[in-house]
Amino acid sequence: MLAFSLTVSDQKFMENLKKTPLNEVHRALGGKMVDFGGWEMPVQYPAGVIAEHLATREKAGLFDVSHMGEIHVDGVDAIAFINSITTNDVAKLVDGQAHYSALTNERGGVVDDLLVYRFAADKLFLVVNAGTQDKDWDWISSKRSDYNVDLRHASVDYCQIAIQGPKATEILQRLTKTDLSVIKYYHFTTGEVDGVSSIISRTGYTGEDGFEVYADASKSVQLWIKMLETGKSEGILPCGLAARNTLRLESAMSLYGHELGDDISPLEANLGWICKLNKDNFIGKDVLVKQKAEGLDRKLVGFEMTEPGIARDGFTVFIDDEKLGMVTSGSPAPFLKKNIGLAFVPAEFANIGQEIKIEVRGKLLSAVVVPTPFYKREK
Amino acid sequence: MSKILENLRYSKDHEWVLVDGEVATVGITDYAQEALGDVVYVDLPRVGDAFNAHEAIGSVESVKAVSEIFTPIGGEIVEVNESINDAPENVNGDCYGSGWMIKIKMNKTGETDAMLSNDEYEEYLSAQA
Repeated sequence: MLAFSLTVSDQKFMENLKKTPLNEVHRALGGKMVDFGGWEMPVQYPAGVIAEHLATREKAGLFDVSHMGEIHVDGVDAIAFINSITTNDVAKLVDGQAHYSALTNERGGVVDDLLVYRFAADKLFLVVNAGTQDKDWDWISSKRSDYNVDLRHASVDYCQIAIQGPKATEILQRLTKTDLSVIKYYHFTTGEVDGVSSIISRTGYTGEDGFEVYADASKSVQLWIKMLETGKSEGILPCGLAARNTLRLESAMSLYGHELGDDISPLEANLGWICKLNKDNFIGKDVLVKQKAEGLDRKLVGFEMTEPGIARDGFTVFIDDEKLGMVTSGSPAPFLKKNIGLAFVPAEFANIGQEIKIEVRGKLLSAVVVPTPFYKREK
Repeated sequence: MSKILENLRYSKDHEWVLVDGEVATVGITDYAQEALGDVVYVDLPRVGDAFNAHEAIGSVESVKAVSEIFTPIGGEIVEVNESINDAPENVNGDCYGSGWMIKIKMNKTGETDAMLSNDEYEEYLSAQA
């Protein structure tokens, strides 16, 4: 046995990996460290992925997401420039607001998905994925042309800690004088958390209410330990990448390299809502406009297994005995207690109730297309 | 430190075997369950199925990983642990007890002699670390 899809890598190999400033703390907490896109990250802590997942749904979970990449975009053309390379409409943002967006290539594929924060009309802040940040930086820098902007890849300056779950606001509020109740979803402010200057952003990747806190990397240990201690009475747990993945999957949020990639259009990945095709030209817009007019060949759907068995990333989807699609993410869903997944299928089959089969180690197991998100929190 | 019991034989694939006459009980070791994490599903063979030694008899799945279960010895399945369908967490909580997987009637009783003793398995694990 023990042929893991995600292995606990051996020590020699791990030495070459990048580390977040919280690396030692994860080890001290018993985190099981793995290679995640070149970063040494905790996949889980001793409580285990199910306990961590449920703590986030029912109480609070704490996540080190310092591996994410941060890029500053300053200058009078900041909005125009970012609007020319991303799908969402940056001109619609107000100061203190953020949105989810995609960097697209000329083929209409996704270079990366990202958050765009607006501090001011001439001051934007991009948060991109860890494993793609160097590619993103090269891409963004190369598209700058005549725009009057200063770009700065500032990932090493920041730690990013996500506190998520129904108790997250209550816990974080005890550490800051900033009134968190007035920060709306996908809005942010600057303030002090435990005396540390931070960006306090009401965003997350779990489907729960909560915050992502950005601060100077040197303050990460203080913030992490303080948040854990403060949330102890509420039952907060540190959560690893495994729980982060199952939480985002229950909420049907995309993971780059799975639902998104250089050859996947955001429209295919159900991200039409971040593709503002009426705004001025942006890279790949013509392709997306054409796709929208002519219809898509394939679409991302959510499915639920209807017989025992678990679909995993990369498994083949069969419809009427024909190989027609692929699972992009599949996993047991710890809160829903079902086996779920996301898969690309031909658009004609992307209908709720469509019966499909997933090939699981040589056996074709039944599943059905269901609405997404699989999980939606009560507000 | 993984728990290892004295009276069992072990495979390098991290299964344990308890021999009682011509029937052997097979499960996965503490090291294996720990490495897998929270077990959520175990796919077991059917009673009456016959396997050669080292053949895959099923799989064990955690939230994050899936792994095949190999039988270290050949024979015919005489019993499977149905209770872990409803309580797969027993594979984590009690891997040498209520988390057992199958009972197999051995084709030849000497086959477990080639398996590791508890001391040899412990040595094997420390060499892996």
